[in-house]
Amino acid sequence: MSLTDLIDIAYLIAAILFITGLKKLQSPGTARDGNRLAAVGMFVAVAATLFQGELLTPAEMIAGIVIGSGIGAILAKRVQMTGMPELVAAFNGFGGIASFGVAGAEIAKIMTLAGAATGEPAFDVTSAVTIAVSLLIGMITFTGSFVAFGKLSGKISGNPISFPGMRLFTVLMFSGAIFGAGYMVWGAGGFPAAADPVVQGAILVGITAFILGILLVIPIGGADMPVVVALLNSYSGLAAAATGFVLNNTALIVSGALVGASGLILTNIMCVAMNRSLLNVLLGGFGGDSDDSEAGPVQSFEGKSVQSTSPDDTAILLSYAQKVIIVPGYGMAVAQAQHAVRELADELDKRGIEVKFAVHPVAGRMPGHMNVLLAEANVSYDKLFEMDEINGEFESCDVALVIGANDVVNPAARHDKTSPIYGMPILNVDQAATSIVLKRSMRPGYAGIQNELFFNGNNRMLFGDAKESITAIVAEIKLL
Amino acid sequence: MLLENIIVFVLAAFVGREVISKVPATMHTPLMSGSNAISGITMVGALVLAGMVGGMWAKWIGFAALIFATINVVGGFMVTDRMLEMFKKKDKV
Repeated sequence: MSLTDLIDIAYLIAAILFITGLKKLQSPGTARDGNRLAAVGMFVAVAATLFQGELLTPAEMIAGIVIGSGIGAILAKRVQMTGMPELVAAFNGFGGIASFGVAGAEIAKIMTLAGAATGEPAFDVTSAVTIAVSLLIGMITFTGSFVAFGKLSGKISGNPISFPGMRLFTVLMFSGAIFGAGYMVWGAGGFPAAADPVVQGAILVGITAFILGILLVIPIGGADMPVVVALLNSYSGLAAAATGFVLNNTALIVSGALVGASGLILTNIMCVAMNRSLLNVLLGGFGGDSDDSEAGPVQSFEGKSVQSTSPDDTAILLSYAQKVIIVPGYGMAVAQAQHAVRELADELDKRGIEVKFAVHPVAGRMPGHMNVLLAEANVSYDKLFEMDEINGEFESCDVALVIGANDVVNPAARHDKTSPIYGMPILNVDQAATSIVLKRSMRPGYAGIQNELFFNGNNRMLFGDAKESITAIVAEIKLL
Repeated sequence: MLLENIIVFVLAAFVGREVISKVPATMHTPLMSGSNAISGITMVGALVLAGMVGGMWAKWIGFAALIFATINVVGGFMVTDRMLEMFKKKDKV
């Protein structure tokens, strides 16, 4: 058995470990082992590559691994759980630029090897196409991810950004990328003796992809971010797979395909949860940041007015309840209220009150955002319920406590055909005996529309910072 | 070779779909960051190029790619582990 065969077997083992690891993510109990299995798979693949015969100067390789590991470890250790969405976006971006780099280095390698007349197989159309695709997806993933990073971390406005002629400009850039790829294919026959067409084509692809990545993410508003983060996740996988096609490396192709599929599934789940098509999200311009920092003007709606309540009254109401459902939203993340919320849940639990959490699929800024925050605050995962599991239970619950969620609990989505969120699946908070909405003000949510729920007869608004309000409620319950 | 690669790609994508569509919403963020770390497998390709003899350009671009891919891999797996450590089932108080 040759060394190459052994390396291929190692790649196969790595692929099996990746699949088994992902499978173990199906249950929170085995998930940690699953992630570690996948890490072992990566170790096997890297170790096998290090043994590859043609590698004569491992110093650079070791140095690269050490530097990268150090930076990665620091980033992973330092991040706050609330900073998770932007970190995931940044890691995506690093993966994208790595794929871009590998494809670019491959061009350089072929030029050098041909210069040394080593008899490498000639550069053909297939190589040109796969390298062009790898450059394109890699660079789009890179710039797209870092724009997403900027938006998620608040360094760039979360509002959709666009300018006149932007769509035309996007089409123009895309055409430029296609032209660059075509130029690479056209020049492939003469490469590397006449290297100019391939190199210039590759540079054109790189530049247009750089701009395309930015253009694809800036028009998308804050609350649509879960879709974008999932889509970029998929792109980073596809970029790795494309690189695998360039290098004829099965490990890259299999892993890339797995990640690409994973990202697409998540993207689809997010789109379904908003009742919008992927195209509709990507064209963007929908809503802005649900920044409700200042008092809004509307206090009445269709002749009904808002009733507000106090932490004390809420505490009394909660302590007499038998069943309470808590609905967390992005507002909870902004206010960093997850620990206070857990304390509240514990207090109620001590008094024999049943507490459940209802998590909408697109609550927050990335898929599963609320689950991570609540897990950080030590809320047991068997208390968290998905929309379909819990929607039937609102009817039988005494109090539904909505913390910083808005559009996902707006009953207009069910019946108001003129509403921009009509058809979006929502949590049936309005069916609870009493609902209490914690919010800073009456400012509309992300979709820019008033929430009917706020004007319901059995709804009370508890205005103020979510963390302060909940801390006050907990203090009051303890006194009761 | 191209056809073989396409076959592998398509089959792997189907396996991915089967495995991942059963992952519950609670695990969506760890799924994303964990699978993102897996996409850092590009580091295998970068390693080969960074270790090349002779081609300066290929070597140094490969070296840069290796650093980025390793950040993705190591950071991704570590942060996923940190997250998953928090997902616990607590006994009733």
